[in-house]
Amino acid sequence: MTLREMAAALELTIVSDTAALDQPLAGGYVSDLLSHVMGQAKAGQVWVTMQGHQNIVAVASLVGLGAVIVTSGVEPEEQTVNKAIEQEVALCMTKLPTYEVAGRLYQLDTAGK
Amino acid sequence: MPEEPGLILEFPLEHYRFEIAGEASSKIKQVVRQLGVNAQTARRISVCAYEAELNAIIHAYGGFMRVRVLPDRTELEVTDAGPGIPDIEAAMREGFSTAPDNIREMGFGAGMGLPNMARSADEFEIRSSPENGTWIRMLVRH
Ligand SMILES: Nc1ncnc2c1ncn2[C@@H]1O[C@H](COP(=O)(O)OP(=O)(O)OP(=O)(O)O)[C@@H](O)[C@H]1O
Ligand SMILES: [Mg+2]
Repeated sequence: MTLREMAAALELTIVSDTAALDQPLAGGYVSDLLSHVMGQAKAGQVWVTMQGHQNIVAVASLVGLGAVIVTSGVEPEEQTVNKAIEQEVALCMTKLPTYEVAGRLYQLDTAGK
Repeated sequence: MPEEPGLILEFPLEHYRFEIAGEASSKIKQVVRQLGVNAQTARRISVCAYEAELNAIIHAYGGFMRVRVLPDRTELEVTDAGPGIPDIEAAMREGFSTAPDNIREMGFGAGMGLPNMARSADEFEIRSSPENGTWIRMLVRH
């Protein structure tokens, strides 16, 4: 399953659509603390967070994350979206709470493995 | 003795400029990747650069980062003229942070920056005082 298919299955709104979304779904990481993501998340993973400000883009880009999902109806700031497009970071948003996104993501990721 | 050749990158780091925070680190990552450094090593260099960059921006009224990329290693030196770290041993502990609430709301202040640097670098040195601010030197072997 690709990240794009995952986004469709979770009915996410894609606000920065990049080629990264055509990568296969390869696990996720959940945290609202940037240094945890920086230290622990793995390249290609999907990052689930409630942070919507622009520094999430720098972190996602430096780690080489597959996509960022901003949850709970948090609207990513305009600069966040612009930066994500500019730096080719895939960014999605959803009204679903983090718990639900993480649970469904885990199911999709582990189904058939 | 002449200095070994290498590519030198220098970045001023500005206090609370969150709109450009991480740009120095992104540039460094891009350069080392272009020079053929593998993805895993580039990640370690990125962690060192990013955490030091953000600490200077958040805790030290800005600072300066100098990076030297050599064939076998990357050296990073980050200096600031900020308030210094009164107890370095405490600051190096996972979870220790003095970040104020408005900074924590943005997702900083996990108290993981210095531990991340120490873990990612092959060599990590820190000196700090209220008079001279903070000086950090990191070396990552390729
Ligand atoms: N350059 C600096 N100048 C002054 N104090 C610093 C500096 N760097 C770190 N500190 C102090 O050390 C503490 C720990 O730093 P560390 O980077 O580990 O965590 P943090 O910046 O608080 O949170 P995080 O990096 O996880 O977002 C800081 O909260 C701050 O008190
Ligand atoms: Mg820090």
